[in-house]
Amino acid sequence: MIDLTQVLLLAAMLFCISVAGIFINRKNIIILLMCIELMLLSVNMNFIAFAYFLNDIKGQIFVFFILTVAAAESAIGLAILSVLFRNRNTINVKDLDTMKG
Amino acid sequence: MIEQTVFYFFAGLLLLAATMVITVKNPVHAALSLVLAFFCSAAIWLLLQAEFLAIVLILVYVGAVMVLFLFVIMMLDINLTVLREGFSRFLPVGISVAVLMAVSMGLVITSGRFTTGGNYEALKHAADYSNTRELGIALFTDYLYPFEIAGAILLLAIVAAISLTLRKRPDTKTPKVEKQVAVHRAGHVRLVRMEAEKE
Repeated sequence: MIDLTQVLLLAAMLFCISVAGIFINRKNIIILLMCIELMLLSVNMNFIAFAYFLNDIKGQIFVFFILTVAAAESAIGLAILSVLFRNRNTINVKDLDTMKG
Repeated sequence: MIEQTVFYFFAGLLLLAATMVITVKNPVHAALSLVLAFFCSAAIWLLLQAEFLAIVLILVYVGAVMVLFLFVIMMLDINLTVLREGFSRFLPVGISVAVLMAVSMGLVITSGRFTTGGNYEALKHAADYSNTRELGIALFTDYLYPFEIAGAILLLAIVAAISLTLRKRPDTKTPKVEKQVAVHRAGHVRLVRMEAEKE
């Protein structure tokens, strides 16, 4: 039998790994987007775990909507990224400081 | 027992894949590791009896989103060495923040307050139980309006992505269909009445 605590710990560790990834790879927007996907995955795992252990389908409905929004987010994010690369010829976060006063 | 073994196997593989996503040099390898992470979590979701969402995770994420990621990575000509600089400088900060968060979250989760209270029992569903059917019933009755909003969000994403990346190129020689369709005879053909000529 799997325990609720085990799944929650797994999701927490996954979330921490992706937070560390955001700190480490702060120059590379693509890896940052991937880290956001990992965070959403860990949150979804919490929802699925509670849906299973509370025996309630509503948690899975929430995961469904989170997946929808995450797919839309990554599509728009990657579109912005490719437009950015076309205009500026770089995706380095350090070079994107036009708005800096 | 076998459930435990399968869970620990996929959990370990998931954490390994996540670590590889944030540490490997090449973004393509990072994307492929993310695909592995999605597969492992789909397996764990299958163990937690969320069959439909596990399949959706593989179809939508591995099949669509990660392919889009790989497409963008390979299309952009990225200078890897510039993007890697600062990696070792921020590594201690990242690890310490992650460890701090992991410890605090672990303390909260294992404190014994984060349980279902013993009032609920995780049901083992029968073989003819359909997760997709249950999800569909809930989605199309109680959650109909959120479902419609989700559809609108996806439409918005399509429109936004296309309008962001669409590029007008006036110098190409592609035919302009709307002009071709709008052509009238009067503007191009002139009928002339003239005498037949004899030799």
